[in-house]
Amino acid sequence: MANVTTAIKAEARDLNFFYSNGARALKGISMPLYENKITALIGPSGCGKSTFLRCFNRMHDLYPGNKYQGEIVMHPDNTNVLDAGVDPIEVRMRISMVFQKPNPFPKSIYENVAYGLRVRGENNKRIMDDKVEEALKGAALWNEVKDRLHDLAFNLSGGQQQRLCIARALATDPEIMLFDEPTSALDPIATANIEELMVELRSKLTILVVTHNMQQAARVSDYTAYMYLGELIEYDDTDKIFTNPGRKETEDYITGKFG
Amino acid sequence: MQAPAQLTISPRLAKNIRRNVKERIIELILMLAALVAVATTFAIVGVLLYESLSFFKTVSVVEFFTDTQWTPLFEDAHYGIMPLVSGTLTTSAIALAVAVPIGTVSAIFLSEFASHKTREIIKPILELLVGVPTVVFGYFALFFVTPMLQTIYPDLPSFNMLGAGIVMGVMIIPYIASMSEDAMRAVPMSMREGSYAMGATRFQTAIKVVTPAAISGIVAAYILAISRAVGETMVVAIAAGQQPNLTFNPLDSAATITAYIVQVAMGDLPHGSIGYQSIFAAGLVLMAMTLSFNIIGHWVRKKYRESY
Repeated sequence: MANVTTAIKAEARDLNFFYSNGARALKGISMPLYENKITALIGPSGCGKSTFLRCFNRMHDLYPGNKYQGEIVMHPDNTNVLDAGVDPIEVRMRISMVFQKPNPFPKSIYENVAYGLRVRGENNKRIMDDKVEEALKGAALWNEVKDRLHDLAFNLSGGQQQRLCIARALATDPEIMLFDEPTSALDPIATANIEELMVELRSKLTILVVTHNMQQAARVSDYTAYMYLGELIEYDDTDKIFTNPGRKETEDYITGKFG
Repeated sequence: MQAPAQLTISPRLAKNIRRNVKERIIELILMLAALVAVATTFAIVGVLLYESLSFFKTVSVVEFFTDTQWTPLFEDAHYGIMPLVSGTLTTSAIALAVAVPIGTVSAIFLSEFASHKTREIIKPILELLVGVPTVVFGYFALFFVTPMLQTIYPDLPSFNMLGAGIVMGVMIIPYIASMSEDAMRAVPMSMREGSYAMGATRFQTAIKVVTPAAISGIVAAYILAISRAVGETMVVAIAAGQQPNLTFNPLDSAATITAYIVQVAMGDLPHGSIGYQSIFAAGLVLMAMTLSFNIIGHWVRKKYRESY
């Protein structure tokens, strides 16, 4: 890897994942996430990229019978987030997530952003007001909603809803933010806004993004991982992956011969 | 349709005509079946209105709503509906006080906490309660719940609204639990995932996200339960008493609108007498009450309908 001086924020080590039906969705994946960088996961449908992303915040725990094997270690404290002794809620407090389809709660704009703080027991209105404003500004939504913070979140447009979900995830100051195809339900302008936002957020946190859209990976990410059938085929600088991939399979996928 | 140029009808076309006729007949039969329910409803409303009208020729509407006594069968007849309304409202309120909390909590448990297996066992059992004849519930109230309550309140009369209301509440728990659970399960998984991803616990997710998202369905369940409680007959007729009594004290004995109607309908009042007509006026009030609850429910549902 070219940029070895960059600090590692989290690292998957020989990670395997099994769904409750016994299917092995991830096969021995080892890869680091670099601090304050955007890492993109690309690959054809069903290659396990979303499955891999959802391991980071233990989303698979919500469904009985799923099994992790291996480690995802967070730095600098060396916590293995997959360890059975680690509370998934603690993990989700440090690693937040933005979903494929905007999924605001049936609450006001303000309460959506405040949600993470409330579940953490924060009740001080002043602190809450500040945090909500900061998060909405961080998600480039403040100017559009500052006069109607108490409107129902469903009244926003799809792109605004997705930025609201980003604000919601930002409000609790996470260390890593996971994006699961964050623009697949959005129009091109809203997509451009989200991409711009991700690049801005990079200075504050580490980003892992799953995308179906190769141009998007090329535009926003610093590193790109190509996955196929649950395996990590290649992981490198985004520039290298898209201009001079090391593996034939990656090249076939990038150039559209396959997938 | 334009007439075909040919004079002979092809076998295929003949078949089509036969098929079309058959379709029409089936359509007609289906429509008639649907009309039976609609026509019956209109007939009921018509009869209620007609008979009540003759009732209100003798008794003024003002007296009907302001007199504090309901004694149409006595020599000194009074026609104030309020004692019956108070009985109906008190027993219904007790029933709701029992059924709303228990039903809602059961729904949250079944939808958000129970494993698939537990739910598959508990839900059918809960729904079995719906199949128990209400007369059985009535005797249960009279011979089991009231004696139990009498150990706490020794002065409690054998016929009382508290026992009847509690049992009626138990009776409508399944309605609230089952309908609310359906509404909660209809909340998309992505919304729950969003909540968990923020570091929320299961309980926080259930209370702060799933319940508000399902609120229109839950409120609809409450409204249906209210209509059930207001219209319920056997339990109150058996266990709450037959004396019209203008009181909201659950420890008293009192008749409800439905109990009065049963009492009169089973007696041998001459057709067309004022006592006979009074049950239609009472029935009209009952129908107006359930109808207004249904309208409120419909309105609440529309107002708070969530689009996911």
